[in-house]
Amino acid sequence: MNRITRSKIIDQLFKYFGILCTSIGLIMLAALLINVFSDGFGRLSIDFFTALPSRFPEKAGILTAWTGTLWIFGLTILIAIPLGVGAAIYLEEYTRKGFLSNVLEINIANLAGIPSIIYGILGLTIFVRTLRLGESVLSGALILSLLIMPIIVVSTREALRAVPKTIKEASLALGASQWQTIWHQVLPAAFPNILTGIILALSRAIGETAPLIMIGALTYVPFVAKSPLDEFTVLPIQIFNWISRPQAGFAINAAAGIIVLLGIVFVLNGIAVVIRQRARNKIKW
Amino acid sequence: MTQIHSDTSQKEAQSKVKLSARNIFVDYGAEHVLKDVSIDIPEKTVTALIGPSGCGKSTFLRLFNRMNDHLEGFQRKGEILIDGEDIYHDQKHLEELRETVGMVFQKPNPFPKSIYENVAYGLRIRGVKDKKRLDQVVEESLIKAALFDEVKDHLKKNALSLSGGQQQRLCLARSLAVDPSILLMDEPASALDPISTAKIEELVEELKKKHTILIVTHNLQQARRVSDQTAFLYFGELVEYGNTEQVFTQPKEEQTAHYIGGRFG
Ligand SMILES: Nc1ncnc2c1ncn2[C@@H]1O[C@H](COP(=O)(O)OP(=O)(O)OP(=O)(O)O)[C@@H](O)[C@H]1O
Ligand SMILES: [Mg+2]
Repeated sequence: MNRITRSKIIDQLFKYFGILCTSIGLIMLAALLINVFSDGFGRLSIDFFTALPSRFPEKAGILTAWTGTLWIFGLTILIAIPLGVGAAIYLEEYTRKGFLSNVLEINIANLAGIPSIIYGILGLTIFVRTLRLGESVLSGALILSLLIMPIIVVSTREALRAVPKTIKEASLALGASQWQTIWHQVLPAAFPNILTGIILALSRAIGETAPLIMIGALTYVPFVAKSPLDEFTVLPIQIFNWISRPQAGFAINAAAGIIVLLGIVFVLNGIAVVIRQRARNKIKW
Repeated sequence: MTQIHSDTSQKEAQSKVKLSARNIFVDYGAEHVLKDVSIDIPEKTVTALIGPSGCGKSTFLRLFNRMNDHLEGFQRKGEILIDGEDIYHDQKHLEELRETVGMVFQKPNPFPKSIYENVAYGLRIRGVKDKKRLDQVVEESLIKAALFDEVKDHLKKNALSLSGGQQQRLCLARSLAVDPSILLMDEPASALDPISTAKIEELVEELKKKHTILIVTHNLQQARRVSDQTAFLYFGELVEYGNTEQVFTQPKEEQTAHYIGGRFG
């Protein structure tokens, strides 16, 4: 009797502790949102989206920044997803477990922990200078792809590993090749989880500033990028730029920019949740 | 170790040998799992593999469609012959081999797709696109697996919504769709209720008219009911192999008697 009441009390305590933890996170987020919205919401207008950068805060807009973000985002998707998912498939389904695969595994996990500025330096040397891609959208996307690839590889491998072995065996036993099994059974079953990992990785890429600053995206870019080899800037950098200026008007602009960036991330995650839920409803083990 | 031949009754003496194992040794890393197993299995019969857990039944069964090849550390010595040909001789023809040798697993493992797509899968991966042909094969296979009447009105339904027994018959239908002459079954009824089990047993009885069947089972009554020959494996060795009635009523080896006696209580 005594033990039961005690465990009940512990249960209750833990529940309140959990509520406390959750609310700290929520309160911080709410404070941030309220702060940003009260500062920047009034600044949101069509003009704000269609105007080029300017020395005058009231005239300055985020056209170059949000188009740059879309460019970077699109190219990063095109580069990072095939590379990351491909590498994960190879590592998970084709390599024999052994010394080499262990070394690879540890190294990839370590890559995910390297500060992003290092990727910027690497990109500056390889893409901008050696390959002469310039301070371009392409260079930026390549760097961000490198940055998020480890995350995609690790999460995709986890997703592949979660597919029941019995399904793979059933497919192989029917005479399907390794690749057919991966394509028809493993990938569709792992898809929702792979997508989750990709979205998380992309959300990280979209807010990244440091490595892009390394390759000069902080400089004043007065035009919209039209090809992958054009110069560019992105939203987080524009925000960073505005915040570092003394005029109060730019602080308001920065807040409005943050709202836009938040909006993009929010929509992305929303899309991911919907796709994932749909796919999960189809597959129930 | 000497080769143990089936107790040759009149009928078996006439029927041709479909499957043979010749001095098979299997290791997983340092562990010896099968030790010098040799066996001849006549065509269109049911052979039951019995023995205590971990004695190598699944490993032995999976030699015949080379499913062990995918496992870490698997090593084999000796030959596996189907119609007199060594299936391990040529690396390339796995797909053909598995067209000849179908397999049903212990736990029903339908793909998370529709009933139709489950059965059609074997043909689809072989490039069959003709809708009529697919429809026909799906129907025939479901009929052979005694599932058609239960599912004919909702072939588009997800296979995972079927009951365990239905799922297992679906898996059987899926194997039958590529028209194998040999069927391997690894405890196909161990996850099923008695009624579904009885259905599977009936099917085995029916299917042996056209197929050579190898079935692993822990259920000795089941082995006795469905099989023509019984092979008793013990710690990786084939202790006894012969006519099922003989193995169960007059086992030649003491270990067999022990195992069967112990199991029957
Ligand atoms: N993938 C594997 N890697 C290493 N050892 C294995 C592997 N599969 C099986 N073994 C070993 O081989 C031996 C035989 O296993 P197997 O699955 O063939 O036994 P079984 O007779 O089918 O047992 P059960 O009745 O429990 O299914 C066991 O000792 C097991 O530990
Ligand atoms: Mg087994």
